[in-house]
Amino acid sequence: MSKSIRRLTSFILLMFIGLFAFATNIQVFQADALVGDGRNVRTSYDSYKTLRGSILVESTPIASSYEVDDNFRYQREYESEIYSHLTGYFSLFQGSTAIEREMTNFLSGQSSAQFFDQINAVLSGAPISGANVELTIDDELQRKAWEALGPSRGAVIAIDPKTGDIKALVSKPGFDANLLASHSFSSSSSAYEELLTDDSDPLVNRAIAGDQYHPGSVFKLVVAAAALESGEFDPETEFEDSDSLRLPGSIRSISNASDTTCSDGETVTLRTAFVKSCNIPFAELGLELGENQLKVQSELFGIGRTVEIPMRVSPSTFPEDLSEAQLALSSFGQYDVRMTPMQMAMVTSAIANQGVIYSPQLIDRVVSNNLELLSEPSPQVFGSPISQSTAGILTQMMFESVEVGAAGNAKIPGMAVAGKTGTAENGFGQPFTYWFTGFAPAENPDLVVTVVVEGDSQAGTGNTVAAPIGKRLLESVR
Amino acid sequence: MEAVLLFWVGGMHAFQLAQIQLSATDTLNEQILLYWTPLFVASFAFHIVLRFKAKAADSLLLPLATLLNGLGISMIYRLDLAEAARGNEQLLGARQVWLTLFAMAIAALLVWVLKNHMTLKRFTYIAMVAGILTLLLPMLPVIGTTINGARLWISVGELTFQPGEIAKLLLVVFFAGYLTKHRDSLSLIGKKIWGVRIPRARDLGPLLLVWVASLGVLVLQRDLGTSLLYFGIFLALLYVATGRGFYAAIGIGMIITAGLVASQLLSYVGNRFDSWLNPFVQENYSGVGGSYQLVQGLFGMAHGGILGTGLGGGYPQLVPLAANDFIFAAIAEELGLVGVFAVLSIYLLITYRGLRIAMSHRDDFSRLLAAGLSFVIALQVFIVVGGVLRLVPLTGLTTPFLAAGGSSLLANWLVIALLIRISDSANKQVVQ
Repeated sequence: MSKSIRRLTSFILLMFIGLFAFATNIQVFQADALVGDGRNVRTSYDSYKTLRGSILVESTPIASSYEVDDNFRYQREYESEIYSHLTGYFSLFQGSTAIEREMTNFLSGQSSAQFFDQINAVLSGAPISGANVELTIDDELQRKAWEALGPSRGAVIAIDPKTGDIKALVSKPGFDANLLASHSFSSSSSAYEELLTDDSDPLVNRAIAGDQYHPGSVFKLVVAAAALESGEFDPETEFEDSDSLRLPGSIRSISNASDTTCSDGETVTLRTAFVKSCNIPFAELGLELGENQLKVQSELFGIGRTVEIPMRVSPSTFPEDLSEAQLALSSFGQYDVRMTPMQMAMVTSAIANQGVIYSPQLIDRVVSNNLELLSEPSPQVFGSPISQSTAGILTQMMFESVEVGAAGNAKIPGMAVAGKTGTAENGFGQPFTYWFTGFAPAENPDLVVTVVVEGDSQAGTGNTVAAPIGKRLLESVR
Repeated sequence: MEAVLLFWVGGMHAFQLAQIQLSATDTLNEQILLYWTPLFVASFAFHIVLRFKAKAADSLLLPLATLLNGLGISMIYRLDLAEAARGNEQLLGARQVWLTLFAMAIAALLVWVLKNHMTLKRFTYIAMVAGILTLLLPMLPVIGTTINGARLWISVGELTFQPGEIAKLLLVVFFAGYLTKHRDSLSLIGKKIWGVRIPRARDLGPLLLVWVASLGVLVLQRDLGTSLLYFGIFLALLYVATGRGFYAAIGIGMIITAGLVASQLLSYVGNRFDSWLNPFVQENYSGVGGSYQLVQGLFGMAHGGILGTGLGGGYPQLVPLAANDFIFAAIAEELGLVGVFAVLSIYLLITYRGLRIAMSHRDDFSRLLAAGLSFVIALQVFIVVGGVLRLVPLTGLTTPFLAAGGSSLLANWLVIALLIRISDSANKQVVQ
């Protein structure tokens, strides 16, 4: 019997060798793959154990962490809903978004720039502290933008065209990121569920993402730019001035917003058509330019490209393979032209900055806990979509739009404002989208402002709804 | 010797508890004494009983079992603290302490009262009847309780009890007694074909009978692990008693056949197999009764890596039932592969000591009993830990000495008590 007991012993040893081998496989050879699996939340939980850096606006934290008496040590706190789409949220259970997500390596002290801090933390046993991220935002302007938008859904962007620094970025509705940062699973999840199912999509940053908008008449900036760049048109080029235009190959016809002719009924100049924002002359212009020219100019402005501010801005679209009717509609920003407010702000920046776009940027600098400068992005040229002279002509026409034309509500006494409004249609019976984009002072612009308001009816125009909001922000330039 | 080891074990336990409390609350207070003192005192009380009632007993079994039991208490306490941080009041750790005291008291009492384990041989058939009745208890109406799909519990008021844990002891006694009596006829008779002695058909009867009974457990109580455990014990003892590889071969074939057929016919067995083979498939992962627990356990162990996160540094609470079925994954996450090797080595050492006791005894019944008891621990560890590690399909057995639960503690401490009793007599016979 001793022999069989010995054999049983060997068999048991074999079973345990199997256990040893499988444990080694899991904890050594498969470990990286298992840790990297998106369903494994332990790594992100670990980031809660370091004191996360703050997100600052003008040296004041808009997101910061403080110590609490629970397993996760630090509670993330957000100052105001005004900043919700900039900070995003950093949630145990819902992941993270916006700056919290894009700058998480710096905020959690894991960036390669903090390598020596990490070594030091290991050696001294002291916990590593995250770096602080300072934004380019102007607090006063941000607040003004938030208030000016009122209860409406929409977005407001303000950019310094000479650097690309984003001075204000508001998307409404916002949300209370504190609810998502809760360490209680049930309250965090129920808040998230509520925000997710809310019809007004409060979690969507309308300034850079979401379903995007028909640009309507603000797209005439792009079409006019294409015309001027082609060399075949100038502000005095004349177009036939009728009160109705049958779309080629279609029974539909289009009219101007005024439902009459744009000028005297004979001919109308590009300048007048732009200033009064008439659709028919721009449809004629678009048909003469052709799809390709419009497409090329759109792409030069950045339409179709991804931009990171550092959040990803969804690419705007100019449609392809258009029929003549579709091309005519696209020429005043309808049909399938779709733009983010950020893209429109970039178009406007090119005009304001003599033809050069600087990449829009939210990060001013990143400073470590011991005040060491870790990163300070310098202004980057995004592109030069138009010449200096085209930019000058467009500025002049936008100035006239505000002075005597369709964007009159943006007029500021004592300062030259350049602007363009748009009232985009979204289909039969659907509420309009109201646009204003412009800058001031027109002769040497300090600030570009782009406003989008989602209407809840077909009442009003870009000039009555969006232009006054733009005006309130541009007033602060003085 | 034993006392020194017990001091060392007590020190280890205190260290674990202190580390857990520090990492969870940043303070150290007398609360950990509630978790430490009872086990420490009980282990020395047990030791004193052995000094008087089993002087020649193996001196490693008690410290090793105490070490595992202490680690279990530490880990359960640690999970309690994690649950408390999530707002769930849970006092499994304190409960485990008192259940440990109870189990060790009964085990010490057994050593005290049972002067000679040969008495048990007389109870061979009583053990059989008692074992079967105990096994069937959960099938009774009213007190029988189904937890997580398996009908393995009885509950009276607040108390739940898993009779299968005790039944396995009774069945080891029965198997040992039965095989002592019949080993000659089972091992010697039969024609030799190609050098292998094939047993008579009627000698295969007992094997078939136990197989059918185990299948009954599988179908009626819906638990793969328990079923495999009973059959495995009988098979191992049949092999030890007869020394015939033929039985082992046929038995393993029967296990595989039963497993394959069951995975086709019984949906819950099929699910277990599917979760075992394809745990990362999203349908299995998010399905009811799917692989979520298994995969979370794997995630945790991978997170722990070689050295582990340290006690209190991981997230074992993310695995459902971490204090019961998946306490091994919790230990693997926080103590790492190093801890896994240590814990498995302790089990291996207990088993090895048990088998050595079996070898050193001259009496057949004692040998079979000691071998059976040792194998119970080894096989149970293999089935449950193998399930967590994805070596075999996951089943519902408890991890000896570590998992929260009184029936399991009691049964395993009784195993230790019996092994101690047998070792005492084995060593005395050598001395004489």
